[in-house]
Amino acid sequence: MTPHDVDLAVEFCGLQLKNPVMPASGCFSFGKEMEMFYDLNLLGAIVVKATTLEERMGNPTPRVAETPAGMLNSIGLQNPGVEKVIRDELPYLRRFSSLPVIVNVAGTMVEDYVAVVHRLNDSQDFDAIELNISCPNVKCGGIQFGTDPEMAAEMVSAIKEASNRPVMVKLSPNVTNIVEMAQACESAGADAISLINTLIGMQIDVEKRAPLLGNGIGGLSGPAVKPVALRMVYEVASSVNVPVIGIGGIFTGKDAIEFLMAGAKAVQVGTANFTDPYAIPRIVDEIKDWCVAHGVKRIDELIGAANPMSRRRG
Amino acid sequence: MPRTDVVSQEKIADGLYRMVIKSPVDLSQSAYMPGQFLHFRVSDSIDFMLRRPISLCLADEANNLVTVVYRAQGEGTKRLARLTAGDTVDVIGPLGKGFPLHEESSATLVIGGGIGVPPLLELAKKLRAKGTRVVAILGFQKASQAILIEEFKALAEVFIVTDDGSMGKKGLVTDLLDASMTDGISRYYACGPTPMLRAVKETLEPSGILGYLSLEERMGCGIGLCAGCVHKIQDNDGVHYVKTCKEGPVFAAEEVVFS
Ligand SMILES: Cc1cc2nc3c(=O)[nH]c(=O)nc-3n(C[C@H](O)[C@H](O)[C@H](O)COP(=O)(O)OP(=O)(O)OC[C@H]3O[C@@H](n4cnc5c(N)ncnc54)[C@H](O)[C@@H]3O)c2cc1C
Ligand SMILES: Cc1cc2nc3c(=O)[nH]c(=O)nc-3n(C[C@H](O)[C@H](O)[C@H](O)COP(=O)(O)O)c2cc1C
Ligand code: FES
Repeated sequence: MTPHDVDLAVEFCGLQLKNPVMPASGCFSFGKEMEMFYDLNLLGAIVVKATTLEERMGNPTPRVAETPAGMLNSIGLQNPGVEKVIRDELPYLRRFSSLPVIVNVAGTMVEDYVAVVHRLNDSQDFDAIELNISCPNVKCGGIQFGTDPEMAAEMVSAIKEASNRPVMVKLSPNVTNIVEMAQACESAGADAISLINTLIGMQIDVEKRAPLLGNGIGGLSGPAVKPVALRMVYEVASSVNVPVIGIGGIFTGKDAIEFLMAGAKAVQVGTANFTDPYAIPRIVDEIKDWCVAHGVKRIDELIGAANPMSRRRG
Repeated sequence: MPRTDVVSQEKIADGLYRMVIKSPVDLSQSAYMPGQFLHFRVSDSIDFMLRRPISLCLADEANNLVTVVYRAQGEGTKRLARLTAGDTVDVIGPLGKGFPLHEESSATLVIGGGIGVPPLLELAKKLRAKGTRVVAILGFQKASQAILIEEFKALAEVFIVTDDGSMGKKGLVTDLLDASMTDGISRYYACGPTPMLRAVKETLEPSGILGYLSLEERMGCGIGLCAGCVHKIQDNDGVHYVKTCKEGPVFAAEEVVFS
């Protein structure tokens, strides 16, 4: 058996992915920057930066800080607004023949989320929406929708009704009961659940005796959050029937396999792209090598392998 | 990740190091510019997730080598300083947009503060190669932190200031920016801490001399993915945050907004 014999293809929300690894929103911009490193056809799919109705400036600097095995960010949803995203960013991604495009949608109120989705409906240049109700970095970045199951359900129903494309819902880990959140979104019509977004954290600049980030607080990501993310993916995968996409601290093929075994259909890689621009193709190769070494012919065999409850739900 | 060879590493002043590495790209085939930066991973493990940006200090096209000069201050740069000849290092670059060179410049002023001094060396070299006269004002905290003085003297008329007067004049780089210094200067280039850049811009603005500033922001990725490294820039569309790793770190001084 060679790496060529391993079938990594997965399917969710009607999207056909040649492999289960895609970049996480906000960690890959709109893809163009990566041209100098590799062919984007190597990605399973692409998730672009959060898109809001109007342009957003984002937060004051510093916006990033290093933490043990991770980082904090307080970007604050800086993006050019949905018009420019449709006009200047998405068409480029259609050059890649086999690259499903997922647009991460953010906002402040249900109405402006819905307005973004209405505007997106006219574009042919993307395949699914990832509803971001979990950004910790803006006062009304949707996080209130991400921490209250009833508000989440209201949002998801409105977006499902507005959208002519599948809707994934991205959850915040900053909640007491992640299963309740996931079930509320599923009942409201979510086609898939992705998790986790960042954990709210902080760093103090001891010389300045003040918080280091311009925004005070920020979102923690990277390997440091992986155990938390895995636990949440495991719990959610065993309690909903829709596909679950695992995110949080994935740096190696083995990390990705842990998420698949916990019940994730596919994974997203964020911070690792900053440390290693070749992270995603490397992770794909490492998954293949693992499969060869363990005689696994189809990646499907691994999904939920460590989580019998999730397999029963499938 | 592609790795490159460390050719040499030496301590050149208190806490300051000069490292020569094989260039990660073929310099003769690349459009590298002074003022661009290299982005170093400081550890192979996952303890340090963010790369460290260090400016290109000298490029040696004939041997395809690049030199960086940096201060080992935090944990990451201290790890870099432990590398020795024969080791390899994970580095990408040169990245970003550097200092543009102009044909018409009759004489140029380069102004550096502390660890902002190194990138101006390759710049001075390139300016001299075009036949441009170079005047360098270099500021340091104290004599024991002064670096690259001889290298600059080979290329430029050099003026030195230190905070404590232990070398050159006591004071700030802007103390030297009077009419006698700027007479005949058609362009300036500055790199150093933000308060210095701001003071240089404000001091030289009335003279009408056009200049460039190399900004220093904390970076998440260094390659345009995260929008972590932004700085406020004023252009035709108004004031907005621009990614300094991609559109900078060098910007025309008149566009840079300090607030
Ligand atoms: C474009 C650019 C060019 C640079 N060129 C040079 C150079 O030629 N020589 C040199 O000595 N220094 C240079 N610096 C500054 C250098 O990047 C920092 O000193 C270094 O990143 C600090 O890392 P550390 O491990 O010592 O500190 P830590 O405190 O461990 O760093 C923690 C985090 O903060 C970031 N950080 C801390 N201080 C700075 C800073 N001053 N600027 C940017 N990020 C910072 C680090 O990159 C890291 O992500 C440059 C910075 C930029 C943005
Ligand atoms: C710099 C940065 C920007 C981010 N921007 C977004 C965003 O716009 N929308 C979103 O849903 N998540 C965003 N995230 C969260 C990531 O998509 C991901 O959920 C999180 O970082 C955990 O994955 P990781 O540990 O692999 O980075 C961002 C994360 C980082 C580090
Ligand atoms: S450092 Fe990530 S965009 Fe500049």
